[in-house]
Amino acid sequence: MPDPGPVIELDGIENRFGAQVVHDGVGFDVRRGEIFGLVGGSGSGKSVLLKTILGLRRPDAGRVLVEGQDVTAMNDEELRRFKRRYGVTFQHGALFTSLTVAENIKLPVAEAVDLDEATLDALVELRLRMVGLTLDTAAKAPAQLSGGMVKRVALARALALDPAILFLDEPTAGLDPIAATEFDELILYLRRTLGLTIVMVTHDLDTLARTCDRVAVLVDRKVIVDTLEGIVAHDHPWIHSYFHGARGRAISAEREAGRGA
Amino acid sequence: MLASAAREPRRSVMEFSADFDPASGRLTLAGDCAMLDAPALERALGQLRGAAPAGLEVNFERSGTFDIGPAWLLRRALHVLGASGTQVRYRGQPPGHFAYFDELLGRDAGRFPEPAKLTLSQRFTAFGHAVADRVDGWYEELVYGGQLLTSAANAWRSVRRLRIPSIVRHMHETGVQAIPVVAVIAFLISVISAYIGAQQLRPFGAEIFTVDLVTIGVLRELGVLLTAIMVAGRTGSAYAAELGVMKLNDEVDALESMGLNPYEVLVLPRVVALVLVLPLLTVVANAMGIAGGALLTNYLLDLPWQQFVSRLDSAIADTTLWAGLVKAPVFGLLIGLTGTMRGLQVRESSRELGRLTTVAVVQSIFLVIFADALFAIYFLEIDF
Repeated sequence: MPDPGPVIELDGIENRFGAQVVHDGVGFDVRRGEIFGLVGGSGSGKSVLLKTILGLRRPDAGRVLVEGQDVTAMNDEELRRFKRRYGVTFQHGALFTSLTVAENIKLPVAEAVDLDEATLDALVELRLRMVGLTLDTAAKAPAQLSGGMVKRVALARALALDPAILFLDEPTAGLDPIAATEFDELILYLRRTLGLTIVMVTHDLDTLARTCDRVAVLVDRKVIVDTLEGIVAHDHPWIHSYFHGARGRAISAEREAGRGA
Repeated sequence: MLASAAREPRRSVMEFSADFDPASGRLTLAGDCAMLDAPALERALGQLRGAAPAGLEVNFERSGTFDIGPAWLLRRALHVLGASGTQVRYRGQPPGHFAYFDELLGRDAGRFPEPAKLTLSQRFTAFGHAVADRVDGWYEELVYGGQLLTSAANAWRSVRRLRIPSIVRHMHETGVQAIPVVAVIAFLISVISAYIGAQQLRPFGAEIFTVDLVTIGVLRELGVLLTAIMVAGRTGSAYAAELGVMKLNDEVDALESMGLNPYEVLVLPRVVALVLVLPLLTVVANAMGIAGGALLTNYLLDLPWQQFVSRLDSAIADTTLWAGLVKAPVFGLLIGLTGTMRGLQVRESSRELGRLTTVAVVQSIFLVIFADALFAIYFLEIDF
């Protein structure tokens, strides 16, 4: 299914805060067109690792290659151009509350390229349709939206510059199971039709089971990467209690029933 | 599903170009079209729309991959042309995204809401609503004052509910930390007024009255008024912003859910702290103001310190100090109430926070000056 070539390559990443070592030799590849889950306990350094990949933090050692370019060696101008190649959604949406939905989606485009207002409106229509929202959402303020709609608008904004890679931080956290399932479907649909590469941090085991091709688990400052089946079968005590605790049992049933959609 | 262009590894960049030739009715697209190339595409599509040719041939033979955004713009423009009677033909393979768009457009997403055009009667209604909102605002302010009074009355009954530690913390932040700036401002203002006074009074040989001018001016008006304005800027805005962010973070709801009264926990300590602190700051301002006056008269008029003090003694009446000081707690109350109330009115967005913080400062300064005017009239009438 996905092309085999890696889009993101991490090699020997080390991150330290003073004496505290967060990552000690973390390395993995994310392949083109795959949905890659990132899992770990609280404080295991998921956000730090995400920031490292996004070029927002320079690791203390190691390299991050995105589409063959070394993010850790980029200067400010190269980083600025690089950041337009990916889209990010944040856990709480991080919509600009003083702007309408349409203005939120226009902002990254208008900053990057010089286009007419009518063209920008046309692009807003496209993004809203892509994330399955109706067009009357455009004039609304973020405060008027439900949790599921906030996540969709955040996704629409992340897609605004047609990124090749999407980073989703807890995309389904705080959603009810129905809205979460719909969001999973949306992510799968976008991957299928647009061939996006998606990296998501999530604790939602249902989302992991439904969407992710492979999963990376951050434990003991290292990373273990495998398909979900492989990870579930792993005998590390933290992984075991993560996937076989009360919340994890639903997964096996889900996997047997086959992938959603 | 369709084969997507974006899935192919990105070939290294071929410069994008879009050329419309009106004579032959040909739109030639070449190279990879990313979002950043959208302006070039937009220009060509604009020419196309202007020309509205009878037949159009779109040539994709030299075009590479399309990002979704520009592909959407292209398809939209071609559809509009097609609908207005232009025969559109493709040469070469159009972007794979076109099939995806058919799928997207197959789902009903409604329409963009029309920007409202107001009729005369609607404008009239809007005006009425604005008036009604204003009246509601007054009502809200009345309720606010009432709730605060109730919680104040409750709090007096037990010392614990008065939250002494919280009051002390706010007194430190709004009072102790404001001493340097208040002192400097009072000093400078009295230096300025002494300088102007000395200059104006000298031709009449009445420069000794500079002492009267500065001391009475500082004690009755300038000390307390400048302190209040500084505090309104410093603390009024801080109260509004602090409570506004708490409101946005649901912290106020959290307090209420614990059975705590936000007026008692958040508002009362802040207001009480300001009522207590403003007279104390005024004393500091008065002292610095008189010091500034003494320094300048000594320097400009060669007035010895002892003579300044004896002149000051005869210039001020018993009531002069109190005429200034008695206003301070009232100003403190006004600033505290305005700042906290505007903070708690913040709803939904960060823009509201900024707006209401500004409103808090502007209104508290206005109220302080307005109250000062009332005091002036009142003191004149009772000969205070």
